Amino acid sequence: MSHVTLPKDGAFHLPEEPHHPEGASTMLGFYIYLMSDCLIFAVLFATYAVLGGSYAAGPGPKELFELDLIAVNTAMLLFSSITYGFAMLAMQRHNSKQVIGWLLVTAVFGAAFLCIELYEFHHLIHIGAGPQRSAFLSAFFLLVGTHGLHVTFGMIWLFTLVFQVRKFGLTSAMQRRLGCLSLFWHFLDVIWIGVFTFVYLVRMV
Amino acid sequence: MAHHAHNDAHHGDDHSHGSFKSYMTGFILSVILTVIPFWLVMEEVLENPTATILIVTGFAVAQIIVHVIYFLHVTPSAEEGWTLTSTVFTLVVVFIMVAGSVWVMFNMNANMMPAHDMTVTGAEAPEGMGSGDPESPQ
Repeated sequence: MSHVTLPKDGAFHLPEEPHHPEGASTMLGFYIYLMSDCLIFAVLFATYAVLGGSYAAGPGPKELFELDLIAVNTAMLLFSSITYGFAMLAMQRHNSKQVIGWLLVTAVFGAAFLCIELYEFHHLIHIGAGPQRSAFLSAFFLLVGTHGLHVTFGMIWLFTLVFQVRKFGLTSAMQRRLGCLSLFWHFLDVIWIGVFTFVYLVRMV
Repeated sequence: MAHHAHNDAHHGDDHSHGSFKSYMTGFILSVILTVIPFWLVMEEVLENPTATILIVTGFAVAQIIVHVIYFLHVTPSAEEGWTLTSTVFTLVVVFIMVAGSVWVMFNMNANMMPAHDMTVTGAEAPEGMGSGDPESPQ
C-alpha cells in the first residue's frame, strides 16, 4: 500500500509542483471539450451516412438541395472565420476597438449564415420535406440543425464578449475567452466542411 | 517533470498564435479547396461519379487539415503536444464510429433484404419469419 500524506494547508497539488497561473490550462481543456463535441457530430454524420438513402418514397437530395445557396452559405462561414482571425490579430496588438469591430463583422457573416440556413429549413418544411417526411430528412435536419444551433450559441457568446471587451478591456482573462471562442468558431467551420461535402456535394453528384 | 523547470516562466503563453500571414495563407488555401469541389459538382466536370466523390472527399480532408493547422493552430509544439495528441485520438475514434456504423449497417441491410420467397404464402414458410401479415401461420 502506497501512503500519500495530504498537505496540511489543504492545497490540492503537491508542494514541489510548480505554481500554474490562473487559466493556464483553460485553452487545452476547451480544446478537449471541442474534441468531445466532434464525437457528437461524428455520430450524427454516421447517422446521416446510414439513413441518407432512406427516402420513404419522398424527395431525395437532388430534388431538394440548391447548391448555389450552399455555396453562398459556405462563403459566409469562411469569411467569418478569417474576420475572427483578424479579431485575434487585433487582440495581439492590444487594440480593443479593432477587436470589437472585427467581432461585429464576424457576427454579420454568422447572422447571414444562420438566415440562409433558416430560409433553407423553412423552404424545405414549407414544401412538405420536413424532418418527419423520411429518415433521410430526419438525419439531415438533425445534423445540419445541430451545427446551426452551435453557430447560434457561438453568436450569443460573441456578443457577450463584445460587451465584456468594452467593459473590461483586453485583460488576460478576456484574451483567454476570446481565444476559446476562436477555437469554437473555427471548429464550427471545420464541421461545416464535412457538412457541405458529405451532406450536400457528394449526394448531388 | 523536467519541462516545468524551464517552461514555468512563460506558462500560459505557450498557445501558438497565428500571424497575418498564416491566417491569410489558411484563408486562401481554404477558398481554393472550397471552390474546386463546388465547381466539380455544380458544373458536372467529370463523367465518372465515383471519381468526383473521391476527389471531393480528398479536397474536404485537405481543407480540414488546413483549418486545423492555420486556424486552430494545432501543431506538434502547441500546448506541449497535447492538442495534437487529442486530435489524433479523436480522429481515430471518429473513424471507428463512422466507418464501423456504415460497414455494419450496410451488411445488415444487405443480409436482411427480404428475398422473394419470404412473402408468406403457405405452411412451408419457416417459423418465426412471418412479416406480421395477419395471414401468416403462427
